[in-house]
Amino acid sequence: MANAVDVSNLYVSFQGKQVVQDVSFDLQKGRMLGIIGPNGAGKSTLLKAILGLIPNDSGKIRILDSSIQSTRKFIAYVPQRNDIDWDFPITVLDVVLIGTYPSLGLIKKPNKKHRDWALTCLTKVGMEEYKNRQIGELSGGQQQRVFLARALAQRADIFFLDEPFVGIDVTSEGMIIQILKELCYEGKTIAVVHHDLGKAESYFDDLLLLNKNVIHYGHAAEVLDPSILSKAYVHHRVFLNRPKEVPVS
Amino acid sequence: MKLLDFINALTRYDFLQKALFTSIMVGVICGVIGCFIILRGMALMGDAISHAVLPGVAVSYMLGINFFIGAVVTGVLTAIGIGFISQNSRIKHDMAIGIMFTSVFAVGIILITFMKSSADLYHILFGNVLSVRTSDMWLTMIIGAIIIALVYLFYKELLVSTFDPTMAQAYGLQVKWIHYCLMILLTMVTVASLQTVGIVLVVAMLITPAATAYLLTNRLWIMLYLSAGIGAFSSLVGLYFSFSYNLASGATIVIVAAFLFTLAFLFSPSQGLLWRTLKRKTSIT
Repeated sequence: MANAVDVSNLYVSFQGKQVVQDVSFDLQKGRMLGIIGPNGAGKSTLLKAILGLIPNDSGKIRILDSSIQSTRKFIAYVPQRNDIDWDFPITVLDVVLIGTYPSLGLIKKPNKKHRDWALTCLTKVGMEEYKNRQIGELSGGQQQRVFLARALAQRADIFFLDEPFVGIDVTSEGMIIQILKELCYEGKTIAVVHHDLGKAESYFDDLLLLNKNVIHYGHAAEVLDPSILSKAYVHHRVFLNRPKEVPVS
Repeated sequence: MKLLDFINALTRYDFLQKALFTSIMVGVICGVIGCFIILRGMALMGDAISHAVLPGVAVSYMLGINFFIGAVVTGVLTAIGIGFISQNSRIKHDMAIGIMFTSVFAVGIILITFMKSSADLYHILFGNVLSVRTSDMWLTMIIGAIIIALVYLFYKELLVSTFDPTMAQAYGLQVKWIHYCLMILLTMVTVASLQTVGIVLVVAMLITPAATAYLLTNRLWIMLYLSAGIGAFSSLVGLYFSFSYNLASGATIVIVAAFLFTLAFLFSPSQGLLWRTLKRKTSIT
């Protein structure tokens, strides 16, 4: 069986600094991967390089055993919260509707069928009653659920999420993780950039511990061993199960 | 009655009809393109491109070619130059814009003074809608039709690349291409607006009606219609004042647009200063 993602000897620079060095790993289909590591470890950069959003210095990336150019339509991506302009004049349902754009191609416009599908996806994340709200009127967790609904609307096979749990409420976090687990159960592959080590074991099948290069890659329980974690978090004290802070944004 | 005189003159004078059609079309296309300019945070870029058109216009006059060609060339070159400077040095984007457009504009002023009378310069800078020729009117109509058609056809792509460029890129849209196409459309709009509002004030027609619409709605397509409508209305009323009181058309049109913005800023149902203050007061008590 082909892997969902194959990365070998990948080097990537961002703003003149090489932040991903000699990264190799393969992600099997139907697994849920957490990409963890300290700040500046190159987690988001790795994700963006895999998606072909930034060029790599060297190395090879294969998705579903072919190049990213031919597999884009099988991939859904949920960006980091601070990449979005929350004052944009767009309603919740229209955000989800964007998920149908990749399959539509150029020029063709979404019709009733696409709207219904967008509403179905919005219902899955429990946000249907907010469909006509402007996206900035929602709380952080609700916004994240809407973006997950957009990813669902893409009918993708592989889902990439960049820090989806930053600054969101417990209900939304629980709901998102539940939906991601269901997707995995249906055979979809999921990769999440994550930084809260506390819940990493219950959330993910596999963990990729990154600090520019791969410190360790394996089953979640195995990676969360303090002796392994301390190799990545050299200047950090590692607290597992610390109370979760919810930053005010 | 000045208004009756104006309507009377409209039915009688050919030049006034041309001025009317041209300025309404300019109001519409500035409003439409302006929406994307402000939502992409490119208001300053709009100012830069509109000024950068000047040397292109001057060179076109000298070579005897249509000034449209020269304008698009210098406009796009400036856009590329700004991108090049900010990507290849520690100079920030807004600094690059400030450096590039003033330099290009300065070259334009010198080129223009070499040409003919200073009256030309004055008209290019501040607009003289009453001297619109038939060929100019048709040029504006054609540009307008192209822009409206493109925005209609690629609405979906413009929306996603403006709202979430990372996702757009992730699914394979050529975001950079869209950016440069928008720059080209921006230079086209500027050229079309040369005679109506002039180079210096084009940026007002790009930003003010779009910003007014931005305060009034939470849906992009409504914002586009509103902005186009506000732009057209400003042009119409501005033309009336320009004709009736013999004032520069660019200035009167922009003042009308600014007045409408002030109304929206104070009284917009969702964003207006008045309602917000009232709401805050009632929530305190």
